[in-house]
Amino acid sequence: MSISSGRVIVVGAGIVGAACAWYLMRDGHQVTIVDRAGVGCGATAAGMGHIVVMDDSPAQMALTRYSRQLWNDMAPQLPASAEFVPSGTLWIADDAEEMAAAEKKAALYKSCDVDAVVLSPAELYAREANLRPGLAGALLVPADSVIYSPCAAAWLVNDVCSQGGILIKNAEVKAVRDDCVELRDGRVLQTDISVIASGTSLAELLPQFPVRARKGHLVITDRAPAFVRHQLVELGYLKSAHATEADSVAFNVQPRATGQLLIGSSRQYQMQSAQVDHGILQAMLNRAFYFMPSLKELGAVRAWAGFRAASPDHLPILGPVAGMAGVYVAGGHEGLGITTSLAGGRLIADMLAGRTSAIDPAPYLPARFAAGSGRERWHHG
Amino acid sequence: MPEPSTPVESCDVLVAGGGPAGIAAACTAAASGAAVILVDDNSAPGGQIWRSRRKHPQKGLAGDWLAKFSAVTVRRLFGHRVVAAPQPRLLLVEGPDGAVFIRCGKLILATGARELFLPFPGWTLPNVVGAGAIQALTKSGLDVRGKRVILAGSGPLLPAVAAHLKHAGADVAFIAEQASAAKLLRFGFGLLGRSGKLRQAFTLWRRIRPWRITPGSWPVCVEKSESGLKVVIQSGVARHTLYADYLACGFGLVPNNELAILVGCAVGSGGFVQVNHENAASVDWVYAVGELTGIGGVEKGVVEGQIAGSAATKQAVDRVLLRQRAAAVKFAAALADTFALRAEVRNLADAQTVICRCEDVRLAALSGLQDARELKLQTRCGMGPCQARICGPILQLLGLPGQPSVRPPIQPCRLKTLAAQIKE
Repeated sequence: MSISSGRVIVVGAGIVGAACAWYLMRDGHQVTIVDRAGVGCGATAAGMGHIVVMDDSPAQMALTRYSRQLWNDMAPQLPASAEFVPSGTLWIADDAEEMAAAEKKAALYKSCDVDAVVLSPAELYAREANLRPGLAGALLVPADSVIYSPCAAAWLVNDVCSQGGILIKNAEVKAVRDDCVELRDGRVLQTDISVIASGTSLAELLPQFPVRARKGHLVITDRAPAFVRHQLVELGYLKSAHATEADSVAFNVQPRATGQLLIGSSRQYQMQSAQVDHGILQAMLNRAFYFMPSLKELGAVRAWAGFRAASPDHLPILGPVAGMAGVYVAGGHEGLGITTSLAGGRLIADMLAGRTSAIDPAPYLPARFAAGSGRERWHHG
Repeated sequence: MPEPSTPVESCDVLVAGGGPAGIAAACTAAASGAAVILVDDNSAPGGQIWRSRRKHPQKGLAGDWLAKFSAVTVRRLFGHRVVAAPQPRLLLVEGPDGAVFIRCGKLILATGARELFLPFPGWTLPNVVGAGAIQALTKSGLDVRGKRVILAGSGPLLPAVAAHLKHAGADVAFIAEQASAAKLLRFGFGLLGRSGKLRQAFTLWRRIRPWRITPGSWPVCVEKSESGLKVVIQSGVARHTLYADYLACGFGLVPNNELAILVGCAVGSGGFVQVNHENAASVDWVYAVGELTGIGGVEKGVVEGQIAGSAATKQAVDRVLLRQRAAAVKFAAALADTFALRAEVRNLADAQTVICRCEDVRLAALSGLQDARELKLQTRCGMGPCQARICGPILQLLGLPGQPSVRPPIQPCRLKTLAAQIKE
């Protein structure tokens, strides 16, 4: 079912839609990108911009490792405004139990050909002097990086447009059909293929996919150059990220190219409003102070909240939509949308070209949420 | 290991802002026997406008109200700034000793206004300052004796600052008022019906007469030269080049409406908080007074402060005050009309002119971006420490998209303040 040089409409100009559009443009498609706001204004702007290998599952490991490679290959082309910094990730072990988890994680990463180094407390403090004393050590993943995602998305979209692609902003999509996309303002855009990458609003167009909005908060500080040098994440983060119902917070601090620090993270379901929730903000900051007490005296410039588009199995949904010829989905990336956007776009382009992908696309296919599969439901507890 | 929990103070009426309007509101509310707290960032009462006279005995309106304020029972939290509103009727405040929560029945916002900065080539050079700023600086010790100052801008602040600078020994070389002579004349006739205002204007005029205000003139650009700042002034069709040590600009005021927006108050054009005839805002526990509802000066602030102070404590509002308020609101509208910035003045910036000082964003970088959020995300305009307080109004002036979103903290604070937890 290979299609070459067809008309493609990508719905959503966040980092996921931008990546899909970019790879499709490179395959020679005529690409039109439609967004209800502008480029990178949703989760792309609200999130941290951490490019990270994660090992929740073999499928997540394969996708994040592949996508990180694509980012590192793209890095020399990115403009300075994208603020790509190869800072590496330090997974912090609070106690001996977490240190044992770090050792296990290191072995797993190495078996997957991902460079990872276990650090003793002394080695950790040599790298990050502002962490509190008494930590058990850390795992360093050197090839991870941080990026300013809105400008990375804009660079991808501008590149598509410079090759003849079209960007339609402030256009809300009302419905997607096999051969066209209908806009709220009455316009109908004829197309051969459409790729739905509309983030948290995926269910408005494709209600068959169980994507939910998971609220998160961040705080950005004044400039404090070299206060933190790596992306810092507590190993307990995994427990927080796995809890599918309860609200949770974790220590997650990122050095920005501006010298500022981004402080996260929180996860909440059942939230409609993007307003800052002071209760969870307090919990999140107090978790950060537990690992890095000297943060307390730094200046806070602003706090905000946003929504991640989460799927029940923590894997994105990438591929053809059953029963809708020519309609593809790229969604449900949750907190890994920046990392996995490039691999997701590449896999979609491979499917359209009938090409064999660098990794097996099967775990991410939409078919896993077919009615009656049991996968479409969120497990509680 | 959470931060030690933070105490909660309670009151019937919380007044945010200790300028004329806030002082009048606090005094009036306290007169009813209500428990009143007043919070202000400054170290003493008076706000921007009554700041000067602290050292000397006060006269007139300022003296009366400051004396009254010193005699009433009001809990005074000077050196404190409101940073967030975690719940309705609960504010998070940062002071020198850390965080404080304040729970209130009613909130009276008297947060005042700040200077509007106008972007023109050179406006970010050293010694190019706000008119209000140079006044404040001389009050806190800047020596301007023998310094040549050019004043430029619009409105009654210019002659007031000129008089102040003259008194401090400066050589005020030129006063450029962008409003036309015709508009000033019409405004002058309007003042005839307000004897107090006319007397004030006359006194100012006598003090600054030697320098004459030049209507219909404004700075086009400024650059550094060996003999100080080289300022090009447009005056009618002519252009003059003048040299000075300081260029002080006062093109108007914009309301400090961040707290109002944070607690959910509706704001209208110009960012002014919408209120009814008793200064009640659209949120039922909030009142707004003074410059926050329209730039009208001290008298309007004092009248509105008394009205809100009464209304918030369920006292009958004096009918005389309501009449005075109606006149003050009319005067504010006349001010806004007379000193509205002309298009030539709003469009002085060129491609290389800095728009966002914090993030060093120039006008050229903003072209083609039609969405406020996209503009901010793609250029970092408004992302710096001032959180668009300066460049937000500039974007509006230029007709660029830039309705800034208001998020906590509304003023920079320490992270530990933001993390404060209520002591139950």
